[in-house]
Amino acid sequence: MFISLKRMIAGVTLACGLSMAAALPAAATDLSFYFPVAVGGPITKLIDGYVAEFQKAHPDIRISPVYAGSYQDTLAKALTALKGGDAPQVAILLSTDMFTLIDEDAVLPFEQLAKSDADKAWLNAFYPAFMENSRAGGHVWGVPFQRSTVVQYWNKEAFKEAGLDPEKPPQTWDELVAFGHRLTKRDAGGAVTQWGVQIPSSGFPYWLFQCLAIENGVVLANEAGDKTDYANPKAIESLQFWHDLSARERIHPSGVVEWGTTPKDFFERKAAIIWTTTGNLTNIRANAPFAFGVSMLPEKVRRGSPTGGGNFYVFKNASPEQRTAALEFVKFMTSAERAAQWGIDTGYVATRPDAWETPAMKAYVAGFPAAAVARDQLQYSVAELSTHDNQRVTKALNDALQAVLTGAKSPAEALGEAQANAERLLKSYR
Amino acid sequence: MSKRLNALYGWLLILPAVSLLAAFTHLPAVMTLLASVHSTPRGTRPPHFVGLDNYRDMMADPIFWQSLWNNLIYALATIPVSVALALTMALLVNRSFPGRSLARLAFFTPTVLPMIAVANIWLFFYTPDYGLLDRLVGFLGMAHHNWLGERGTALWALIAVAIWKESGFFMIFYLAALQQIPATLREAAALEGAGPWTCFRRVTLPLLMPTTLFVLINALINAFRMVDHVVVMTRGGPDNATSLLLFHIFEVGFRFWDSAYAATLTVVLVTILSLVAALKFHFLDSRTHYR
Repeated sequence: MFISLKRMIAGVTLACGLSMAAALPAAATDLSFYFPVAVGGPITKLIDGYVAEFQKAHPDIRISPVYAGSYQDTLAKALTALKGGDAPQVAILLSTDMFTLIDEDAVLPFEQLAKSDADKAWLNAFYPAFMENSRAGGHVWGVPFQRSTVVQYWNKEAFKEAGLDPEKPPQTWDELVAFGHRLTKRDAGGAVTQWGVQIPSSGFPYWLFQCLAIENGVVLANEAGDKTDYANPKAIESLQFWHDLSARERIHPSGVVEWGTTPKDFFERKAAIIWTTTGNLTNIRANAPFAFGVSMLPEKVRRGSPTGGGNFYVFKNASPEQRTAALEFVKFMTSAERAAQWGIDTGYVATRPDAWETPAMKAYVAGFPAAAVARDQLQYSVAELSTHDNQRVTKALNDALQAVLTGAKSPAEALGEAQANAERLLKSYR
Repeated sequence: MSKRLNALYGWLLILPAVSLLAAFTHLPAVMTLLASVHSTPRGTRPPHFVGLDNYRDMMADPIFWQSLWNNLIYALATIPVSVALALTMALLVNRSFPGRSLARLAFFTPTVLPMIAVANIWLFFYTPDYGLLDRLVGFLGMAHHNWLGERGTALWALIAVAIWKESGFFMIFYLAALQQIPATLREAAALEGAGPWTCFRRVTLPLLMPTTLFVLINALINAFRMVDHVVVMTRGGPDNATSLLLFHIFEVGFRFWDSAYAATLTVVLVTILSLVAALKFHFLDSRTHYR
């Protein structure tokens, strides 16, 4: 009885050993890869599909993709895992979390990985606008993947009804106000049934405010991420303009406008012009019951919009083999063909010029020219607000914006306080 | 020998509970206290002792004070209304009438739903212009309102959700208590000529006192504990008008990654809740004679 048991164990062990040896021809490299889902659509399925394709081409690398929730959740999980000594090797995280990841000593600069000429050429293939949020202190810390920007959507039917040319969206702030007045509809009792323009302000109003600030010629943070310019007179003027759209002109809903319901407000004809991310393009295309247009944001002294979205990061804890494998994987995921496919599947902006030259992308843009608007706006784009202690420094601005939009403070007062707050937080990083 | 053996048995019997409590309640509490007097570790910089610096920062943090103040208003508004509603609902469904189980179920449903789902439902109610509430208000001929987007109404909008969610839960306690009251007491009161109101005020209500206390204390604890709807509906905005203490802790801990300061705020929250718990045991123990 005992002997047979022993034999059995030995047999099983041997079998296991053999089968493992068969499954692992060379020592396979394991990579754990965290990714968030921030827009609608079958994102996890797409990512899993890309990973499966990569595995087929690289049987010696095993990737376990982990869907980790929102951007916020993914960062929380990655940093918690890091503190527990079990960080992922690769992750997609907000481009603006770059300084947080550097300060936590979590990520590797890509120059340490991409050493061959081909690799260096790959790092230089992306739109410069997207690289602004990927570079700091002379290093590249992130590689653009799911990137977006803010664009203007307008309801062509509403334009026609208001006697405006449905093919001409507002191109300047003055036009925005003038068109807004014609597009704002009131019922007999004076209640508004359709707002002229809507710029959402819940959650992360700083992103939308940045559009106005850039258009008015002010950049809110320096490249080193250790100084903000919230109280610049031009910034105050921009905020005054946003505030006045509702308080003085009465062509914009009052108070804090919810980000999440803004596309729906557009479908429901509650707002004739909205500003939102290109990431909503597929959603709006599927749901708007009327003809709509997509254009660049209107200008004041210049055009402009911040970029947004997520980058690939490689974590420091990766072993040399894992680092090589991680580079292969990131290169695969950000190749021109993949960037084009990802853009078509989701609405994110394809991150490199050669992606727009691929046959698939050319066919897509030919059938749906609106998709190229975000690309054309990139030449005017500026880095999304990102500093050390990013969430806190940004929250100071968010609070100020909401205080002004709800009428509690004047723009000069609120932005002055926000700047003082940011200054206190950032002093130690200089 | 047998006495020592008994003691050993005793210790062995409480060992699982003690080790679980120690590992998941007491140890974290002590570690939080320690973290609150150290700096936040960042990257390669380990934490170092900073004394009461974090507490001084807290005293100077306007968002902390606003969150505490919001929480106080939130507690003072939700508790009396939800308890009164719970009692009313319990009295309603304690009598027998056709469809009683259905009515009980209806009152209890909000409690069963997860807070995240509830918050999403109410998010739709509060949507400006085409949300349920604005449609209703518009029907009555009043102006539309941005309920969650104005500082005057945002906190009250969250309070309404909490009341809706909580009162059904407290109703269950009252319903159980009402069914414990012997019918003979009410019959005796009726024989003495007491009307329904006197009967309620002089017989039912005093007998419900222990339940009321229990419910009040639980409501107070819940007022400091429930923040899911804040995360879903307003994220503390506009301009911190709906930031509650626990939500502020969450932001500091998991958005700003300032674990030391989050620990400091947690110590304050735990102190508040411990005081409430102490109050609870003091009152509940001294009122048991009602039973």
